Amino acid sequence: MSQQSSTIGSEVTWSAEGAAVNTADANAAGSAGAYPGASEPPHLSVRNLHVHVGGNHILKNINIDIPNKGITSFIGPSGCGKTTLLKTLNRLLDRQKGVVVKGAVLVDGVNIYDKEVEVTDMRKKMGLLSQRPFPLPMSIFDNIAYGPRIHGIKKKKQLEEIVEYYLRATHLWEEVKDRLNQSAAALSIGQQQRLCLARGLAVEPEIILGDEPTSALDPVSTQRIEELFLQLKDKYTLILVTHILRQARRLSDTIVFLYMGEIIEYGPAEDVLLHPREKLTQEYVKGFIS
Amino acid sequence: MSYKQIRLWKDRWSANLFLWLCLFFIFIVVLIGVGLLIKSAPIWKEQSIVHLIFSKEWKPFQGKFGFLAYISGSLLVTFLAVIIGLPISLMSAVYISEYAPGRVRSILLPLIDLLSGIPPIVYGVWGVLTIVPLVGQVLAPRFGAVSSGYSALTGGIVLAVMIFPLLIRILLDVFEAVPAGLKDASLSLGANQWETVKHVLLKRSAPGIIAATILALSRALGETIAVLMVCGNIAVLPRSIFDSVYPLPALIANNYGDMLSIPQYDAALMLAAFILFVLIFLCNALSRMVLNRLERRDYA
Repeated sequence: MSQQSSTIGSEVTWSAEGAAVNTADANAAGSAGAYPGASEPPHLSVRNLHVHVGGNHILKNINIDIPNKGITSFIGPSGCGKTTLLKTLNRLLDRQKGVVVKGAVLVDGVNIYDKEVEVTDMRKKMGLLSQRPFPLPMSIFDNIAYGPRIHGIKKKKQLEEIVEYYLRATHLWEEVKDRLNQSAAALSIGQQQRLCLARGLAVEPEIILGDEPTSALDPVSTQRIEELFLQLKDKYTLILVTHILRQARRLSDTIVFLYMGEIIEYGPAEDVLLHPREKLTQEYVKGFIS
Repeated sequence: MSYKQIRLWKDRWSANLFLWLCLFFIFIVVLIGVGLLIKSAPIWKEQSIVHLIFSKEWKPFQGKFGFLAYISGSLLVTFLAVIIGLPISLMSAVYISEYAPGRVRSILLPLIDLLSGIPPIVYGVWGVLTIVPLVGQVLAPRFGAVSSGYSALTGGIVLAVMIFPLLIRILLDVFEAVPAGLKDASLSLGANQWETVKHVLLKRSAPGIIAATILALSRALGETIAVLMVCGNIAVLPRSIFDSVYPLPALIANNYGDMLSIPQYDAALMLAAFILFVLIFLCNALSRMVLNRLERRDYA
């Protein structure tokens, strides 16, 4: 992929044509507004997205195509709207009070903010890792089996296979195989976060959303999660929010820099981090603003 | 005293003051319990307490004070109230907490609070005017029973409506305590709202739901005036929910101060109050035990 660094914001760029797309011809936008040089249309793109929370304009005219596969990181100073942006991607944000979302988020070409869209199907395509792990109030086994069960898998044998497979995928199997029926709350916080990752993977998503998924973890657990992300990025599209610049550097293929609710700059990680075009990005990367 | 010393002194003594105020109210509760026990001494010194509790003969003029009919009446009415009130409250609270749009919520909540502010006597009158005929003329005949309408079921229905606002308020607090992240986790796995309510919200809230239920139980056990008006107040062992019952609080309210010329009647009523006291105490202790158990299971 020959990606190029792009500047988006009030200035006109290639995505301006995407910005003209409205929700009615969402399908067309999915392919037409593809990431430059991408061989296939992106799973996920955002068009003209504005978010107001309780009267505050939190996100301003966000337009972005997330490249398929690999790791895309949202970075920026706290309060810049990166978590808000992440939560608009699977419609968890508009469950909160006082939130108004305008614009479109296209998942495989379908605007998930359309009234007819079945939200659960869309959410199934996206795993979520939150800032601190939230194991469901049930056993380790049931935590993983929860998603598959909901989506219709009832056979015990099959569920057992799924549970083992994803616990192995997150290197948790050896640690928990003897206590699968114990409460997930008894695990260490690092193990819980890996369990949450395994649980998300078990519903076979295409995209994994991570909202500062290591911020509550100790350095060793953080490292294990990061290793997992690097293993997963060939199969999944990972989108991470992080406030740790070094982490973004270690993991990211693509970087999106947000400031005060706007995308200032986004593109391949080395371009944005090493040769930022915008003054704000330069200042952030150098550590003058944080 | 320097300014610094005064600050230090205030800090230390405010803590002490709060402690003593707190102990004072605990002391009052203990005092009430002990007082009832002492006042009822004339009767439990003469007759065995087991006999008093398990005898159904209530003939004050012959000195026979069996509380079984009253205790079973109280328990039956309370039990019915919770059976009827809990599912409705639970579903309403789930609706308000998880489904209701902000505007609907802001209309419903004040209405529910209004419900809890209505005096029990009004509920009693309402029960006599609507629930008594409903039970006597509609429900009882449908189940092949003969009933005046003044029955355990009537008391249960009226009490259910009375504990409804209390239950909803506590349940809403319980649901509020479930972190949004937990529900988000379930939703992000593609679970719908109902699946999330069933597997996450209700499961996680189980200890709170039990605590709320038992609190409502104690409230229903102690409720007097509304129950007194609709239960019929006949001291026999109820054979069905359409029979009249005579709950303990009604017994005390109806007779205290009136029939004190009968020997030991005064002590018997005090014993009734003590039994009520113990029942409610047991309820609360039970809820504490259940909660401790559940919390130790570490699902919270």
